[in-house]
Amino acid sequence: MGKPRNTHLDTLSLHAGARPDPATGARATPIYQSASFVFDDSDHAAALFDMARPGHVYSRISNPTCAVLEERIAALEGGVGGIATASGQAALHLALVTLLSAGSHIVASRALYGGSHNLLDYTLPRFGIETTFVDARDIDGWRAAIRPETRLLFGETLGNPGLDVLDIPRVAALAHEHGLPLLVDSTFTTPYLMQPFAHGADLVFHSATKFLSGHGVVIGGLLVDSGQFDWNAKPARGKFPTLTEPYRGFHDMVFTEESTTGAFLLRARREGIRDFGACMAPFTAFQILQGIETLPLRMARHVENTRKVVAFLAAHPVVATVGYPELDTHPDRALAQRLLPQGCGAVFSFELKGTRAQGRQFIESLRLFSHLANVGDAKSLVIHPASTTHFRMSADELARAGIAEGTIRLSIGLEHPDDLIEDLSRALYAAGKAA
Amino acid sequence: MHLTVAGREVYAYAGARPRVHSQRTIIFVHGAANDHGVWAWQSRYFAHHGFNVLAVDLPGHGRSEGEALASVEAVADWILALQDAAAAERASLVGHSLGALAVLECAARHPERVEKIALTGPAVPMTVSDELMDAARHNDHAAYEMINGWSFSAARQLGGNAVPGFWMTGNSMRLMERTPPGVLAADLAACHAYANGLAAAAAVLCPALLITGARDLMAPPRNAQALIASLADVRVVELARSGHALMAEEPDAVLDALRTFL
Repeated sequence: MGKPRNTHLDTLSLHAGARPDPATGARATPIYQSASFVFDDSDHAAALFDMARPGHVYSRISNPTCAVLEERIAALEGGVGGIATASGQAALHLALVTLLSAGSHIVASRALYGGSHNLLDYTLPRFGIETTFVDARDIDGWRAAIRPETRLLFGETLGNPGLDVLDIPRVAALAHEHGLPLLVDSTFTTPYLMQPFAHGADLVFHSATKFLSGHGVVIGGLLVDSGQFDWNAKPARGKFPTLTEPYRGFHDMVFTEESTTGAFLLRARREGIRDFGACMAPFTAFQILQGIETLPLRMARHVENTRKVVAFLAAHPVVATVGYPELDTHPDRALAQRLLPQGCGAVFSFELKGTRAQGRQFIESLRLFSHLANVGDAKSLVIHPASTTHFRMSADELARAGIAEGTIRLSIGLEHPDDLIEDLSRALYAAGKAA
Repeated sequence: MHLTVAGREVYAYAGARPRVHSQRTIIFVHGAANDHGVWAWQSRYFAHHGFNVLAVDLPGHGRSEGEALASVEAVADWILALQDAAAAERASLVGHSLGALAVLECAARHPERVEKIALTGPAVPMTVSDELMDAARHNDHAAYEMINGWSFSAARQLGGNAVPGFWMTGNSMRLMERTPPGVLAADLAACHAYANGLAAAAAVLCPALLITGARDLMAPPRNAQALIASLADVRVVELARSGHALMAEEPDAVLDALRTFL
């Protein structure tokens, strides 16, 4: 009997969770575009509703196409399972509401996607959940912000927009010291560049709209549980009653008794998806699966192109700074070499010398780069964060998040790098002339 | 629920149902470096269909205190002590792998206390390769990787879980990683050393069900043939697509076989 070996990421990207359709033999994962699924008999129906048999009942709760995607992302991340959601925001919301209640507190990195910041800073306080924002690099700041009612630490693998590299091993160790899980937004890196669970993170979510899909045609999110966090053990014991105490909303189920490793996902599906309802459509899951099949190939090319564009911009006289963690000038270069040896993704920001008007001229002079609010597309994208994604922030908040008036964010696509550099060169020339 | 067995606190999943004296009792016993959760899709069903269920965490596993028991015979006697603690005069016993051997031995030792036995993924003898044993003794992660690689059929290594959203091999790996150091080695050593399987089978008086996986590399069905021949009242269900992780790979088929038998 030969010693088994682990299946590689490239292979899992194509196969994990899927098998030829048992009904038709279809090799591609079918789109099970059905709201509900027929029961064998009354006992089968009752058992499905009672979670005494596995299977699908209603596509808000689970769907066969979505389930393939959920297994695939869990396999790629090295987790125990996942849940597909209507958007990345829905995945974040699902993680939070599964663990937190009114009175709970979050400690989060200040360098967050604007949508995440909106939810934490403006919306959740209305429901009694507060967040303290800290500098992602300041481990003492993380520590000082933890309160008795803190239930979660949260950051992005690469912070938005300055690409602060989250020191997951240190922040996770701090979280675990206090009996808290670490939730990580891994949208910018994908499992191709980093698997946060291997560094100590407990929960991961993605906006699957971005690199996982690559095509930019759907909105979707994925929440993955490592199964590593022990919700019952000291010092976590007593902090997470949604998982460790009987749930009246599901036959007094105690989720940690039902499954040692899957308690979080059981509650998230049996309550969060059931009641808040932000599920993924099967057609969306199918589209994301198509994207993931080529994730390793695309990410390698994204990084290769980005390195060339970063080198070009860093040497350009009209560019003040480029924020990419592989550059000597980035404060997290050493950490990036350790945690992200295959590259720091394809989204980064740079600052133009000159006025805001010159920035506008730059963006409007680009021909290949599309001016829009998204990242991680196969096509290259550009945006001005201060006036769009982060426009609700005060000047002070913007500064603390590392965003200046002249900051421009690029998402480097899969075009030929010479064509991208030519486009940028022309736009930089136009910006320079607008002075 | 929590019980005290041999002076130590033991956890047993009961499906959030109180014990009903008039109901029959089923005790589920997991295998090496596992816990009660491997029976999730069988234990809950029976608990909610008129049975008292005790899906145990063996000592040193899951939520149960103590050290892992050193032999199959010790696990068999512990099961009887559990029955005493739960005030279950008689019970049907369902075991997987190491748990299957313990159930077999318990039925042979205490026929008056056992109604029926169901053995999933059994083999007699249940030998453990030197490579796996050595890795387990050193608490080397490679031991978990070997078990995972050999426990799931080739097709299931890539998923296709009946349970929506769960990655079977990832879940299995995480469960094993949670066991304290030394537990896997103790469990495997108990399996390897157990020499009384065929004699125990010959002494079993109650009906027995064997559920085997045609693609089981840990306990291939051919290694259960002598066991089958030694049991007086036996029926066999072989799951054509399953490996050793039968309850995860074919949860409905295992449940249906148990429903028919129990």
